[in-house]
Amino acid sequence: MAKLRAMNEAGNITWDLVDVEGADSIRLCDEGLAMEIDHDSMLAAAPDGTSASDDFGDSIVSDCFIPQIVFSTTVGYRLDMVGDTPPTSICSLFDLDAYPGKRALNKRPLANVEWALLCDGVPKDEIYDVLATSEGQDRALAKLDTIKDSVIWWSAAAETPQLLADGEIVMGSTYNGRLFSAIAEQNQPIGMLWDAQMLDFDGWIVPAGLPEDRLARVMDFLNFATDTQRLADQAAYISYGPARASSAPLVGNHAELGIPMAPHMPTDPANAQNVFVTQYEFWADYRDDIDAKFQAWLAK
Amino acid sequence: MSETTQSGPMLSADGVPLKTSLARALRRQKIRALLLISPLLAFVLITFIIPIASMLFRSVGVLYLDMYRAVEAKAHTRLGSRLNYEQSGISSLFRTSGRKLEDVGEDFEDFFKDADSGMVKGPFWHGLMQGEGGEDLLNDRLGLLTDLTSLEASSDLGFTLSGETAALLPWAARAYADWALFTAIVDEDDVSKKKPWAGVYAALALDLADPATQSAVAAYSGSGAAELQAAVANIADMPATEFRAYFEDIDDKWVSGETWALLKVFGSQYTSGYFLNAVDMKLTPDGIEQRPDNERLYLKLFNRTLIMSMIITVSCILLGYPVAWLLANLPMRSANVLMILVLLPFWTSLLVRTSAWKVLLQQQGVINDIFVWLGFVADDARLVMMNNSTGTIIAMTHILLPFMILPLYSVMKTIPPSYLRAAKSLGATNWTAFWRVYFPQSVPGIGAGSILVFILAIGYYITPEIVGGTDGVFISNRIAYHISSSLNWGLAAALGTILLAVVMLLYWLYDRIVGIDNVKLGG
Repeated sequence: MAKLRAMNEAGNITWDLVDVEGADSIRLCDEGLAMEIDHDSMLAAAPDGTSASDDFGDSIVSDCFIPQIVFSTTVGYRLDMVGDTPPTSICSLFDLDAYPGKRALNKRPLANVEWALLCDGVPKDEIYDVLATSEGQDRALAKLDTIKDSVIWWSAAAETPQLLADGEIVMGSTYNGRLFSAIAEQNQPIGMLWDAQMLDFDGWIVPAGLPEDRLARVMDFLNFATDTQRLADQAAYISYGPARASSAPLVGNHAELGIPMAPHMPTDPANAQNVFVTQYEFWADYRDDIDAKFQAWLAK
Repeated sequence: MSETTQSGPMLSADGVPLKTSLARALRRQKIRALLLISPLLAFVLITFIIPIASMLFRSVGVLYLDMYRAVEAKAHTRLGSRLNYEQSGISSLFRTSGRKLEDVGEDFEDFFKDADSGMVKGPFWHGLMQGEGGEDLLNDRLGLLTDLTSLEASSDLGFTLSGETAALLPWAARAYADWALFTAIVDEDDVSKKKPWAGVYAALALDLADPATQSAVAAYSGSGAAELQAAVANIADMPATEFRAYFEDIDDKWVSGETWALLKVFGSQYTSGYFLNAVDMKLTPDGIEQRPDNERLYLKLFNRTLIMSMIITVSCILLGYPVAWLLANLPMRSANVLMILVLLPFWTSLLVRTSAWKVLLQQQGVINDIFVWLGFVADDARLVMMNNSTGTIIAMTHILLPFMILPLYSVMKTIPPSYLRAAKSLGATNWTAFWRVYFPQSVPGIGAGSILVFILAIGYYITPEIVGGTDGVFISNRIAYHISSSLNWGLAAALGTILLAVVMLLYWLYDRIVGIDNVKLGG
């Protein structure tokens, strides 16, 4: 994002297409760094004729965003360190008695504060109202305080699978695709918890101000790469869900292992019994505030 | 000896006074020296100093407001993101309001469409607004637009504003001028063919709601008169032009004093807000105040960065001094081997060395495994040597050690061993000979090494990020976060400026106390 802004200011945009998370697409759109997209006219419709914007539905989180995949932040645990009772609830994170040992959590407040409030007894549909208040933020940090000494804070999502594989931690949060890869592809003794997973979208934005010939090429690629079949195909490589509703029935088997991928998708009904969908508007507003408090709390 | 040479100035061979001649020769030398370094100077200036200067200037931000035009230029969301650093919620207030502003305009557009469908087409507007005499107003609006976006004003807009219409419909003329400028310059479209923004209809409604304008329109006979009169005839059906109520509807924050007070505080061209943020203060409508305790972070980080950099510098001296001494005093052959051992890690990637420390230091890592195997620590009480300040100090001391050893070595190499022998032959003990004779001569090396290590350490980023956990991270990690992640470049620039100032201050202090002439990097 910083690079894109610098390129824009220098008037020399060398990127034609940028892969961003939903929250970043909102900010880039706000700053006028990303081009506004007319999803229906620029992207392919579903095979049954449903328009692109209906097919993508809620995953179009900003006017500039072309959704690609659904991923989630969730918790993985070491099978041989949790005894006979593997965790079934997100609140196991905060249960040092039942599951002693270190945990790995994101060095950013996102997901951590939601889980903290949920496990502190706040009803799920009130969490963001509570989190919008100063007291609510303090309450979330107070809950995290109970495990602070046992937490290793990660800044790259690859750290958690590595720490799990090394036996450094008993459980930790990361993206579901990373856990899938550690479990299914590398056969690590790791289990996965889908409870209270935090769903998020990843996709494309087109930088604003591209010359016409490059823009035409990019739109041609996007039209192809985000059609129903292509989005379903990429699920054969990693367990991130296609952002189109019409792609879901087409999800097949893993390209090398040959196992069906559908049960590993964050959006699979069995996995999606209790999910958070990232509240972009909320985080766009409160991110700086909560992050300032979170970092000050970390430094204490 | 002649009289002239005694009383007049001394002359050189060609008859020019010696003083002038000497000055000329010296000047020529200086120019030559300058020319010799000029390629490097130009390179440094262009690639380094100018970008830094522009970055530093960013810490004094610029703010603006004029909503609809701002929305089209996407300036309102930028302003929103900026103000959101000061008060949560402003960003979405601006974003959603921007969207709804359009809806308000569309209500008026529908009304005009019902009155006369020609009014929502480009040619009606172009006919109404095109003319002579409105240049001043047009230029004013152009000024406002170029304030918002960094675009070049082109001379050929394909449109001139009519002074008569501007007098008749002042609001609509302004709004239309905004739109026309935007369309011609930013979108590079033909003004005469396109239908204007919904906001222009709201402005026209505001004009027509005034009874004086209504009677003036009745007397008006220029282009578009019929349509305007049709609209006036239906004026009873027009939505109310209560813009305050619309804004209140959009969000009641618009009618709260707090929002406007905040805008006023940050309404000037320059703000000290970023610098205040960087020292845990904040600018509020009531003046400058300290941030609440649970949001204070930066002073603590500055403090920690300085203290840990000093600890790292001292441990580098303690570990590096004996090695440098060995290097300087061993026979050539073994000294070379030792030198390679020092240089090898120096040439290895920083990231590789830091990751190696990660493998060594973690709780299931090599060092802990050895300790458990030797029985120093119990298996369930393994030492925590990483993800805290200990990890940062250990890894950074190792990484920065060559920067201490090399200057120390080059200075020690020049100390003749005969001095130590002389001291001993005069009856000094080993310790006295070292402390009174050898050590003072090696001080310039310590000085040079300390400056190198300390200044490098203070700006370190990768190592603290990887092994630092929470209490081992430096201020540079926060700067990097604000540059690349939160996009609060103003705050990052302010933090960077303060860091630069602190380093300069320390350098000055060092010069006063130790003296920069006492620093030797070699020979």
